Amino acid sequence: MSRQAPVRDFAPTVQRLRIRYAKRGRLRFTSHRDFQRALERAIRRAGVPVAFSTGFSPHPKISYSNSAPTGAASEAEYVEIGVTVECDPGLVGAALDSALPPGLDIVDVVIASSSDFAARLEASRWRIELHEADRAQVEAAVATFLAADEVEVQRLMKSGMRTFDARAAVVEALVLPELDAELDTGAAGAADSNGCVILELVVRHTTPSVRPDDVLSALRRVADLVPPAPPRVTRLAQGPLDPVSCKVNDPFGPDRAGVE
Amino acid sequence: MIRGSDATGYPEDMTVEVNAELIAETARTRDGASVFDRLERLLPLVSKPIQYVGGEVNAVHTDWEAADVRWAIMYPDAYEVGAPNQGVQILYEVINERPDALAERTYAVWPDLEALMREHGVPQFTVDGHRPVGDFDVLGLSFSTELGYTNMLTAIDLAGIPLHAVDRTIDHPIVLAGGHAAFNPETISDFIDAAVLGDGEEAVLLITDIIKEWKLTGRPDGRIGLLQQLAKTGVVYIPQFYDVEYLPDGRIMRVTPNHAEVPWRVRKFTLMDLDAWPYPKAPLVPLAETVHERMSVEIFRGCTRGCRFCQAGMITRPVRERSITGIAEMVQNGLEKTGYEEVGLLSLSSADHSEIADVARNLADRYEDSQTSLSLPSTRVDAFNVDLANELSRNGRRSGLTFAPEGGSERMRKVINKQVTEEDLIRTVTTAYAAGWRQVKLYFMCGLPTETDDDVLQIATLAREVIKAGRAVTGRRDIKCTVSIGGFVPKPHTPFQWAAQLDHESTDSRLHKLRDAIRQDREYGKAIGLRYHDGKPGIVEGLLSRGDRRVGRVIEEVWRQGARFDGWSEHFDYERWMAAAQVGLAGTDVDVDWYTIRERQQNEVLPWDHLDSGLDSEWLWEDWQDALEEVAVDDCRWTPCFDCGVCDQMSTQIEIGPTGVVDLPMPVVSRPSFVATGGGA
Repeated sequence: MSRQAPVRDFAPTVQRLRIRYAKRGRLRFTSHRDFQRALERAIRRAGVPVAFSTGFSPHPKISYSNSAPTGAASEAEYVEIGVTVECDPGLVGAALDSALPPGLDIVDVVIASSSDFAARLEASRWRIELHEADRAQVEAAVATFLAADEVEVQRLMKSGMRTFDARAAVVEALVLPELDAELDTGAAGAADSNGCVILELVVRHTTPSVRPDDVLSALRRVADLVPPAPPRVTRLAQGPLDPVSCKVNDPFGPDRAGVE
Repeated sequence: MIRGSDATGYPEDMTVEVNAELIAETARTRDGASVFDRLERLLPLVSKPIQYVGGEVNAVHTDWEAADVRWAIMYPDAYEVGAPNQGVQILYEVINERPDALAERTYAVWPDLEALMREHGVPQFTVDGHRPVGDFDVLGLSFSTELGYTNMLTAIDLAGIPLHAVDRTIDHPIVLAGGHAAFNPETISDFIDAAVLGDGEEAVLLITDIIKEWKLTGRPDGRIGLLQQLAKTGVVYIPQFYDVEYLPDGRIMRVTPNHAEVPWRVRKFTLMDLDAWPYPKAPLVPLAETVHERMSVEIFRGCTRGCRFCQAGMITRPVRERSITGIAEMVQNGLEKTGYEEVGLLSLSSADHSEIADVARNLADRYEDSQTSLSLPSTRVDAFNVDLANELSRNGRRSGLTFAPEGGSERMRKVINKQVTEEDLIRTVTTAYAAGWRQVKLYFMCGLPTETDDDVLQIATLAREVIKAGRAVTGRRDIKCTVSIGGFVPKPHTPFQWAAQLDHESTDSRLHKLRDAIRQDREYGKAIGLRYHDGKPGIVEGLLSRGDRRVGRVIEEVWRQGARFDGWSEHFDYERWMAAAQVGLAGTDVDVDWYTIRERQQNEVLPWDHLDSGLDSEWLWEDWQDALEEVAVDDCRWTPCFDCGVCDQMSTQIEIGPTGVVDLPMPVVSRPSFVATGGGA
């Protein structure tokens, strides 16, 4: 007598919702798996009519893209859920936001208009706060880095230690003027900008992906730049890259156009 | 805010650490200011930093200044083990519900963070407000096991609190131990100010009242004054108010109070009417992954099955059930508040609930279509248990089934009073395999009193019969059975408290013989999995379980030598413990063997005799003699009282159903609407 997956009538997916969320403050230490668990529970608490896969152990239909590393904050993470009832994205966003702990915050929800979303995430804009760092030294290191054609770095991955180029993917690297750093009191919540050098990067998504810590490794490699305190990293944006202006655009653009 | 204006003889810092001064400085202000800024800089450098940041769903935030009494509650193990602990979650809520009190949680930090905290002068902190533990009025520790003792010392030291209770001043928190290990807190009596036996809910409320009164009246007689107020209740044990004298041969001569108004014996707390205490009402949902990714509902407390090895069953009497309606309400409320997809119905033997069949059927009906799974830790060997498991796993999710015969031979099971026959077991597993389960787990113990090699070897015979029966009933070859074996450690307040523990060499030798017997079985061996640990950790646990005050020096020494996280095999170091015992017990007439593998006589004063679990010591001795004669004792839930003494001594009674409620109405679920109302988007 073998066991079979019970036959159940699962309501089909009638709508896909794309969600932009932020990982802020102390909850930037959540790993991708931590966030997955938190979101699934928030969906249940909020009563969002999520669709389930069929089979022995049904799973909620949620797909994640391109999550920021553990320890990095982010203003622009994306996830997509399938629902069984046509929903108002604003209501779902508000309900999920209040069901998630403060620090995991829903920023925006749109109705998916096509299934090409992953391809839209071409690049990220990152902000790296280097506390107690020497501005001139950082500027010099960045200049050396940008002048190079290739800077090889190493990172431990699932497949083992890999060596790859951290330079080509970096489209822009800019040390912000002091004034800009102080003006920024946005949601990213930079604790104190005093004595802090801010580096912004625009990095094209490649395989293997080049992360901010890889760029920091590269700066160390080319110019011996060693931040005195652990740097604080925030992803500010993720989306289509305008190669001329180096601007990272809103990936929800086509969805908004499709709805309205 | 507390200030130590009337502190007398503030001791100079005891331990020389890298930044002990900074830690002490932080503690001295006692204003509860967050140390998160300083901690945050260390977090990128440690593994799994999420465990230190708090931010759990349902965590409570109370204003520091608004509370008269402030508790730091610690589960002295890693966050992943401590965060799901029900005891801590219950007390956290019970205290925080009071407008005049607050409770925050703290857990053991891993050695990587400990080293950084010492280097940078960051004190032991709570994960809620990241406040220094030294700023609180009470550091309450819940000990499920003695193996958390070294983690307690790390926390006390990192908090800037003197290690020894007698060196603390009015500026330091009261260090309070609770949990099952607190039924013999003698080995940690140097380090704790107080211990509470039994159920914590009412205990923390009483202690909060006493501390509040003491603080509001200007803290009369300082720290000692507070400890006296606590001791006077008769339910809070203050070790320093008792003197222990020893006989020339090393045994205890007597334990006597050395303070006025201190009782000769300290009673345990017993909470009655569980339905009136539906905690936790809002279970914590950690962000970090933990050992129990589910919501738990305690369906009853206590157990009177009378298994003679089981300390939990002995010290939590009598049985007090939560009603079927109470359980259903807690399940529904908890699921709504947490979003968990699994509910565990917990107790010491869940299938023994008087209404369990109706509970299971009703809950299975309610949650059948909601992707919610229900589980019952099934330990009783009974076909009825399989029916329950089938009911609870209706919607398809099935892991293994676990049964605990505990003893390999019929004779052994009589000694331990686990009334299960081989026929029971075979019938039960046959039912399970026939119902579609493919894997059954069997739990046994090794090293039980009077055990011989043959008793343990019979585990192999039993496992073989189990596979044979499974193959016969299913006609399949993929039937599996996993045998897990734990080493028996005699515990205080049980009939086996007088027994000799088996030495680790004999434990290992028996387990190896069993392993070889299973391996050599060509027909069935491959279908039987065997899991066991070596006997050494059990010896340390035995030393700590039945030790007396002299063992405190061993704990301190081994901690100074670096012992941490002793419940984790990768951190536990037997040789280090034995070396520390050499140092710590030097100059006494006793050693590790004396505490562990020595049988005690009836007239010996046991270290915990002045701590009253309600069990009559005459009855315990008779039950020990019955064990040796292989005589069974029944369960007082369905046979007349056999005078274990608890209900008389504690003025309690069995609280069980049935309540008569058979069918519960389906809950009214108000589904929120996310439907677009038009023009809104």
